[in-house]
Amino acid sequence: MFQGLDLGILRGQVTAIMGPSGTGKTTLLRLITGQLQAGAGQVLVEGRDVSRLDRRELYAMRRRMGMLFQNGALLTDLDVFENVAFPLREHARLPERLVRTIVLTKLQAVGLRGAARLRPQELSGGMARRVALARAIVMDPELLLYDEPFAGLDPISMGVVLRLIRSLNDALGISSVVVTHDVNEISQIADESYILSGGRVVASGTPSELREHPSPIVHQFMDGLADGPVSFHYPAPDYRQQLLDRTEVA
Amino acid sequence: MIALAQELLGSLARFLERLGGLSRFTLSVLRQCPAALLRPRLVVEQIYNAGALSLVIIMTCGLFVGMVLGLQGHDLLQRFGSEESLGMGAALSLLKELGPVVTALLFAGRAGTALASELGLMRATDQISAMEIMAVDPMRRVVVPRFLGGVIAMPLLTAVFITVALFGVQLVGVQLLGVDQGQFWSQMRGAVELDDVREGLLKGLAFGVACSLIAVYEGYNAEPTAEGVGRATTRTVVISAVVTLVLDYILTAIML
Amino acid sequence: MRPSRTIDISTGLFVLLGFAAILFLVTQITNREFSLHSDSYRLQAQFENVGGLKPGAPVSMAGVTIGRVESIGYDMSLFKAVVTLRIDGRYNQIPNDSDASILTAGLLGGQYIGISPGGSEESFKDGDRVEFVQDAIVLENLISKYLFSQASGKHQDSSAPAPDSGAPPGPERTGE
Repeated sequence: MFQGLDLGILRGQVTAIMGPSGTGKTTLLRLITGQLQAGAGQVLVEGRDVSRLDRRELYAMRRRMGMLFQNGALLTDLDVFENVAFPLREHARLPERLVRTIVLTKLQAVGLRGAARLRPQELSGGMARRVALARAIVMDPELLLYDEPFAGLDPISMGVVLRLIRSLNDALGISSVVVTHDVNEISQIADESYILSGGRVVASGTPSELREHPSPIVHQFMDGLADGPVSFHYPAPDYRQQLLDRTEVA
Repeated sequence: MIALAQELLGSLARFLERLGGLSRFTLSVLRQCPAALLRPRLVVEQIYNAGALSLVIIMTCGLFVGMVLGLQGHDLLQRFGSEESLGMGAALSLLKELGPVVTALLFAGRAGTALASELGLMRATDQISAMEIMAVDPMRRVVVPRFLGGVIAMPLLTAVFITVALFGVQLVGVQLLGVDQGQFWSQMRGAVELDDVREGLLKGLAFGVACSLIAVYEGYNAEPTAEGVGRATTRTVVISAVVTLVLDYILTAIML
Repeated sequence: MRPSRTIDISTGLFVLLGFAAILFLVTQITNREFSLHSDSYRLQAQFENVGGLKPGAPVSMAGVTIGRVESIGYDMSLFKAVVTLRIDGRYNQIPNDSDASILTAGLLGGQYIGISPGGSEESFKDGDRVEFVQDAIVLENLISKYLFSQASGKHQDSSAPAPDSGAPPGPERTGE
């Protein structure tokens, strides 16, 4: 579904990937994690092609990534503490005291240390997402991927998540990729942004550069215009004809 | 006409595709079994999930199946004047057929749907995906323990069903309808061989493998939507029932 | 109690219940004859016709099961069926001139081997052959024997020779 997609994520930066719905932003993330294989072309993470890795190497690489899903994707049979501790328990044989320290530290970073014993069902959307974030950083990854982190959040929670993305990125010295279409929000914290449309990159640059961008589709996207290159009307036959015709609807 | 043929061909192709997927999935599951056993905690939880939680329904249905068998059997045998053979007839039919098959159908309904919907829900809420990204193999962590839990639980449930059913038969036959208790048990002992018990438990095991496999397959490969999970659950019950009965015929033919 | 502990205990109970049920089924409702393989011994018997006898059929004396039919084979040189019996070691004082017959349990039941004791002082040992045997009764042979004996009996009784000595049974036979 991509044609000639060519973009690079710089280390230590917050990179935003934006575009109209359905342009494959989530697919892009799955290519990076190796969950999908590229039909043609390469996906290079730290110089290594993800689609060429064997199972063990792929899993080793994934341990250095963290991903935040749209709905948090917490394991429903574990409580908050155990959810955050999950990667630690699965991958490392650490003494329980150390696990406890690490988990509590990460929960503190997202502001939910007091919720450690709640169950996922008891959390609000924003809280669940923050717990998922704590889980994503528990193994100190080098790359953090965010899939629509602002979707469905109230303004306060949105502000919280925004702040966390930026501060974590800087404090932990990692690279972050945020897939979103909340233009105004992400523009506050992104270093570099890419806009995808029709399977290609149509624009890239800093948020202020994009605002001045000449391309009409970028303009429509950034300003949230109802009509433009992405048409308001779904393709349909001539209006007058159809009304007068009175036979078929489609 | 051509359209119909194309439809059928399409269905056939889809069926083969599913069959192939199921076979590859089965191999994958079997391959991971030894590794999954290294985490007994997970397997124990699943034995609880599939077995202990199904006990109530199995025992209740077992009791009533036994009682009905007692009623019907007694009525039938009375026509030939051989009511004393009630124990023998009931034991043999329960051991060889009724026990394993009914338990399997109940298991598919209670435990199979639970397994399928749990996995389907995990799939729909991206938990499986999250595990993959956290470099945890979801097969090993959630799928295979559920499979093993089902496989271990089924023969045990079958044995419990048959035992409870026999007491149900006795309850009706001896206590209610006056069959001689001594005759009831001694005729049974005289006619039931160890092979019959083995046959029943083996069937229980085979049905357990089949139903558990179908349940985890449908759940794991469900479409990640609410309807997808629902469909997967329904399919689990239907396919499990059909496969159980077909397998029953094959196993019976082999073992006789 | 932590929830995981409840789960462990419940699972343990469930497994225990399951095994108890299996144990019950295995011991309480089968005819306990697993002792058969501990020091049992073999006997051989040759029959012209084994009828419907199958491996696993019981071998009994005075109605008590003392062993099983282990295998049934055919000897090409003897033109006889060779049946191997496995007798429980407890019954090791069967006189070695006892005879083995193929009997039928009930009217339509399965066939089994019945041993009637002889008078010899010596007992069968492992590997011995049972000398005196009685084949299975095959219904067709019985009927033809009966008819044939009827035909020869009639022939001897009547003063005039039968019009056709090889004639099939005539109308007068059906009245008998």
